[in-house]
Amino acid sequence: MAVFADRYPDEAKVVRAALASSFLALLIGGAMGPLQTLHRIDYLRIMPSETYYTVLTLHGVALVILFTIFFLVGFYQWAITDSLDRPSEDIRVTWLWYGLMTAGAAMASIAILGGFTDATDISASVLFTFYAPLEAHWLFYAGLTTFIVGTWVAGADWFRSWWNWKKENKGEKTPLRTFMVLTTMLMWYLATIGVAAAVLLFLLPWSLGIIDSVNPLLTRTLFWYFGHPVVYFWLLPVYMIWYVILPQIAGGRLFSDALARIVFVLFLVLSVPVGIHHQYLDPGIAEGFKFLSASNTMFLLLPSLLTAFTVVASIEHGARQRGGEGYFRWLTALPWRNPAFTGMALAGLMFAAAGFSGMVNAGMNLNYLVHNTMWVPGHFHLTVGTAVALTIMAVTYWFLPRITGNPIFSMRLGLVQVLTWFVGMVLMSNAMHRVGVGGEPRRTADPFYDFEFEGVIGSIGELHLQIGIGAIILTLSLVLFFIHLIFSWFGISATTKITSEAPIRKPLSGKEHAPAVLENFRLWVAIAAVLIVLVYTIPIASIIAEGGLFGPDVSPVRPDHAPLFSLSGLATEWVVAGLAGAVGAIAAIAGVLR
Amino acid sequence: MEIHKYEKIWFAAALVLVVLFISSVAYGAVGAGIQMVDDEGGEINPNEIGDHPTFEGYQDVAGTEASVTQVNESHYEAQIQANHPNFFPGEITVPEGSTVTFYITAGDVIHSYDIVGTNVNTMVIPGQIAELTAEFEEPNEYGVVCSEYCGELHHEMEGMVNVVSEEEWEENYTDDLITIDERGGDN
Repeated sequence: MAVFADRYPDEAKVVRAALASSFLALLIGGAMGPLQTLHRIDYLRIMPSETYYTVLTLHGVALVILFTIFFLVGFYQWAITDSLDRPSEDIRVTWLWYGLMTAGAAMASIAILGGFTDATDISASVLFTFYAPLEAHWLFYAGLTTFIVGTWVAGADWFRSWWNWKKENKGEKTPLRTFMVLTTMLMWYLATIGVAAAVLLFLLPWSLGIIDSVNPLLTRTLFWYFGHPVVYFWLLPVYMIWYVILPQIAGGRLFSDALARIVFVLFLVLSVPVGIHHQYLDPGIAEGFKFLSASNTMFLLLPSLLTAFTVVASIEHGARQRGGEGYFRWLTALPWRNPAFTGMALAGLMFAAAGFSGMVNAGMNLNYLVHNTMWVPGHFHLTVGTAVALTIMAVTYWFLPRITGNPIFSMRLGLVQVLTWFVGMVLMSNAMHRVGVGGEPRRTADPFYDFEFEGVIGSIGELHLQIGIGAIILTLSLVLFFIHLIFSWFGISATTKITSEAPIRKPLSGKEHAPAVLENFRLWVAIAAVLIVLVYTIPIASIIAEGGLFGPDVSPVRPDHAPLFSLSGLATEWVVAGLAGAVGAIAAIAGVLR
Repeated sequence: MEIHKYEKIWFAAALVLVVLFISSVAYGAVGAGIQMVDDEGGEINPNEIGDHPTFEGYQDVAGTEASVTQVNESHYEAQIQANHPNFFPGEITVPEGSTVTFYITAGDVIHSYDIVGTNVNTMVIPGQIAELTAEFEEPNEYGVVCSEYCGELHHEMEGMVNVVSEEEWEENYTDDLITIDERGGDN
C-alpha cells in the first residue's frame, strides 16, 4: 500500500502541522522541567523563587494541555482518514479547527509568558489548575476557551466523516480506530462541559470585571469535573497505539477487537463521574459523595486491567509469530532493538507502576497521607510523563515515515533516546514518590522549612539528588529526541523516500465478533450522563445553595511576578557553557551512533 | 461474541480486586473511623471571619501562649486563618494526650493546612470552614505546610503544632489559657 503521505497529502499536511505544534509544546514545556527541578532541590537557581510558579504554569499547560492534545488531534485525524479510507469532508473545516486550537494555544502561552517580564501587566501564574480566587489575565481564559472550541470542531469534523462513511457502507461495523476516536470525543464533549461552565460563566467575566466575585469551591469543582477525564483524553490515543500499533510492531495482531471496543466504552461511561476524588480533602463536600467518587474510580481500574491483558496477549502472539517459545522465553523473540517497540513496552511497564500509586491516591482515606505531596507529581510523571509521553515519542519512530515519506534517521539513536527517558524517569519518579511519603509538598519553589522532612529509605538530601540526576537524564533524552526528530522529519541525510507502508493487520478475533450494541453511542452517552447527574447534581446544588452562585464576595488575587532571569554574570556563563557543552556532546553521540 | 477463557478469568480477578479496594476504603471510613473533611464546618464570609460564631474571639486566643481554646479537660480547639503567606496563629501548643478540633478558613485564596507526618491534612477554601479532629498522644513538634499554591511567596507559608508534656503545659501555657465559655462563640 502507498504511504499515507502520498495517499492523503492534504490530510497528512494537517497531521504534520498538529504534530509540529505538539512537539513545539513538548520542547518549551520540557525545557522548563530541569529549570524547576534544579531550583527546587537548590542545586542551580537562576531565577527568583517567585518566578518558579510562572515556569511551573508553563510546564504544566504546555505539556498536559498543548503537547498531549495537539498530538491527539493529529494522530486521530490520521486514524479517521486511514481507517475509513476517505479524505476529510472539507479540508477547510479541518484547517479551521487546527487554526482555532493554534490561536487559543498562542493566546494562553502569551498570557503565561507575560509573567516573565515587568513590561506588561499580562500574566497567568496560576498553574494548570487556575483555582480562583487566583486570577490570570483574561487572555489566558480566552485562549483556553478557543483551544477547546477547536477540539470540539475537530470532533464534529470526524463525526461528519463517519456519518458520510456510514451512508455509503450500510450495515458495516465501524472500523476499530474510528470507533476509538468517536468514543474518545464523546467522552471529551461530556467532560469539557465542566471547564466551559467554569471559564465562560465565571472566570472569564470575572477577569474582565463583569462580575465581582466567584464561589471558589464551585469553580474548583467544575474544574475537576473536567480535570480528571482530561487525563483519559491524554491516555486514550495511547491506548489506541497500544491496541493497534504495538501488536503490529511486535509482529502479531490485536488479540480481540471486541474487548478493545468494550474498554473504550467503559472509559466513555466511567471517566467523568470521578472528579471529586481530587477533592477528598475539600471542606464543603459531604463524605458520601467522596465515597461514591472513590468507588467509581476503582471501577476505572477495570478497563486498564483489561488493556494490560489484551496488550500483553497481543505482544506474546507477536513473539510466537516470530518464533518465540516457552513460558517466558518468548520475551527474547521481541523486537527490542526497535525504539518504537521498546519505548512502548517500557511505557506500559511504567504505567503498571503508576496504577499502583494511583490506587493509593484513589483510596479516599489513604489519600490524607499523600494529598498534595510530591507523591502526586511522582504519580503523574509515570502516567502522562511516561505512559503517554514515552509512547508518543516511541510511536514517532513508526509514525513519522508514514506522514512525511522520509525514513527514520537512526533506529539506534532512537533506542538510546527511549532508554534514557525510561532510566531518567525511574530515578526521578521513584524519588518523588518517596519524598512525598515523607511529607514534602508539591508545587513549591523552596521545600526547605524550619523543620525537616523524613525520607523513606534514604534521606531527603539523597532523594533530592536522585530527582536531580533523573531530571538531567530526562533532559538529555529530550534533546536526543529533538535532534533525531529534526533529522528524520526533514529527511536530512536521507537518500531514499518511503513510498509504501504495511497495512494494519486484522485482529485475531475481528470486528465481526463485536456485539452490535457497542455501536449504540446514544445508549452509552445516556448511561454516562445518568452517572454524571447522580454523582454531581447534589454536591453542586449544595455548593451553590450554601455558598451562593457567585460566592461570598471573593475578590481576585493576581500573583505578583518577577522577571525570569536574575542572573549574576557568572551564573549566565555557567548555564550557557553547560548547554553548549551538552549540545556538542549529544551531536557527537548522534554521529557515533549513526 | 467470543471471549477467551483466560480473558474471563482475568476479568473476574480484576473485579475481585476492585471490590477489595472499595471494601478497604469503606473499612477505613467505617471500621477504622477515619473521617473525611466534609461540609460539617459550614460557610463563612472571608471578609468578616471574626464575626462568624465559630471564629468569634479567635484573635484574642491567638494572643495567648498556647493559641488554642480549652473545651474541657483534654479537648481543645484551634481556629486558624490562612492568608498568603501566613497562618494565623502560626504556632499552636497543646498538651500530650489531648484531642484537638481544628477550624480552618482562608481570607484570600485557596490554601491547605497539612501537619507533616500525620493525617491532619485539609484544603482551606475561602468561604468554607474546614473542620477536623485529631488526637495527639506523645510530645512532639510537628511542622505545618501550606501544600496548595497560593501566590508568589507560597513556599514561605508554614506553621507549627507543639505537643508538650503535662508538666511543661502546666508550667508555661495555662496562665492565660482561654476557655470556651470565656471566648464566646457557639462551638
